[in-house]
Amino acid sequence: MNKTLNHKAWFLVLPVFALVAFSAVVPLMTVVNYSVQDTFGNNQFFWNGVGWFAELLDPSRELGGRFFDALWRTLLFSAIILAIEIPLGIAVALAMPREGWTVALCLVLMALPLLIPWNVVGTIWQVFARGDIGLLGWVVNHLGIDYNYTGHSLDAWVTIIVMDVWHWTSLVALLCYAGLKSIPDAYYQAARIDGASRWAVFRTIQLPKMRRVLLIAVLLRFMDSFMIYTEPFVLTGGGPGNATTFLSIDLVKLALGQFDLGKAAAMSIVYNLIILAICWVFYTVMTNVDADRERVEA
Amino acid sequence: MTDTVAIGASRAKDTPAAVNRAVAGPRVNGKVVVMTLYLLFLMLPIYWLVNMSLKTNLEITSGLTLWPREITFDNYIRIFTDESWYSGYINSLTYVVINTVLSITFALPAAYAFSRYHFLGDKHLFFWLLTNRMAPPAVFALPFFNLYSAIGLFDTPWAVALAHCLFNIPLAVWILEGFMSGVPREIDETAAIDGYSFPRFFIKIFMPLIASGIGVAAFFCFMFSWVELLLARTLTTVNAKPIAATMTRTVSASGMDWGMLAAAGVLTIVPGALVIWFVRNYIAKGFALGRV
Repeated sequence: MNKTLNHKAWFLVLPVFALVAFSAVVPLMTVVNYSVQDTFGNNQFFWNGVGWFAELLDPSRELGGRFFDALWRTLLFSAIILAIEIPLGIAVALAMPREGWTVALCLVLMALPLLIPWNVVGTIWQVFARGDIGLLGWVVNHLGIDYNYTGHSLDAWVTIIVMDVWHWTSLVALLCYAGLKSIPDAYYQAARIDGASRWAVFRTIQLPKMRRVLLIAVLLRFMDSFMIYTEPFVLTGGGPGNATTFLSIDLVKLALGQFDLGKAAAMSIVYNLIILAICWVFYTVMTNVDADRERVEA
Repeated sequence: MTDTVAIGASRAKDTPAAVNRAVAGPRVNGKVVVMTLYLLFLMLPIYWLVNMSLKTNLEITSGLTLWPREITFDNYIRIFTDESWYSGYINSLTYVVINTVLSITFALPAAYAFSRYHFLGDKHLFFWLLTNRMAPPAVFALPFFNLYSAIGLFDTPWAVALAHCLFNIPLAVWILEGFMSGVPREIDETAAIDGYSFPRFFIKIFMPLIASGIGVAAFFCFMFSWVELLLARTLTTVNAKPIAATMTRTVSASGMDWGMLAAAGVLTIVPGALVIWFVRNYIAKGFALGRV
């Protein structure tokens, strides 16, 4: 759609701009403020320059070591999540029924985990995976596998990953389903006439048509897994030891647990900048895909 | 009859039903297996939660039973009769509804501007809004605490509702913009020629056209405000405490009250399940943010 140039449109955007600026910029300035100061309590602050940042970005210091450990852990987690949820989501979307009452049933059941408060998700899995009263933990233990997510770090990781797959794969599936639904029948009929195999149909028709929604899916899943907090916090509390202490958990520990405001603020800013950078890459790719599509359609 | 991939070209003149029965049979079974397994995986933990909520604590801790031997509704009755429990639900629903109304009201004109006009800094502004959807709540927990304490909103539903606007308004703008871009410009122009003023056109003509988009956007605002807990818990102590935070009360001196925990968990799923039902036909398009 060709848009007209009209600077008065700013008046329509102004309320949103004001409200989001109030709830984003003001708090962010507080963070910046804390990040360059030190305090000895009593609400007295001293200028500390880039001291916190230097400590944070130096892996040999205690704070830096802790930060980079949590960062790698979070990146690894996001990578595993994407590697499992994207292919699984596509598979589930391809398996969706096309018509009849089962469509509505599948949609509602699939969306259900998305609507559960995140700490309840943690609670559900905390109970479900327990060896004594949880179905999953009990069954796995009775299969002869020594499984205990509060004791072994590998078990804790597996449990958190399965929980996240349970929680969010439906999002990817629903996005892909929306993409698949937009493919006109004529495409399939043409493929049929050409005698295309199932794989060829997927590679040349379905996957390209899903490119746009897949991009959104990857973006949302990456961002949300990169800032995951509540579910692992409820399930493992970051343990055993520090095995599942992701960046958000570490940050909240630092800010609200130890009230180490300067360090926490510096960490917040670096964390935010990482997200901003990744977000920008995705946004650029997405706008380019849109531009390509418009050129093709025009 | 959209499911036509495997159907041989020679059968094109057969009746649709016959074709489906004859050819699609074995392939549909494969799909059904995948789908059934996936739904089973999704439902198992929920089934376990419901199962536990209907048991007594004695039965829960004394061994694994696949269904309650003696069904008890005591856990639910206690939640509905104890004010400190059910007020949690009222608090949660209050800030969720305030947030949804605020987000949609503010996002509608902005989304219209983004979908219809170019203006100074529009791309940058859109990107900036998007980054707020992606900002980790953990970063904002402490500053929000300071901010809302300073302006006297701490421990009110308004604090949580405003805080959730941070990620819900950008999302609402994004979804609504997608839906609005699907409405042809000619409608705007025709309305202007017919003498409609802009506000009248927007409310009388434009909003009914994107009604499904508004519904989907409201659903997503509801959803993300309902499931978020970190900010909601940080910004409340007593008066506006959300139900999801009240649940931690079940850890008491006498050990975990598993039955209560499970019952409270089941009740937090119900509102979500109800709203999904209303938007089920648009949900897929909504998850694609109106852009398919």
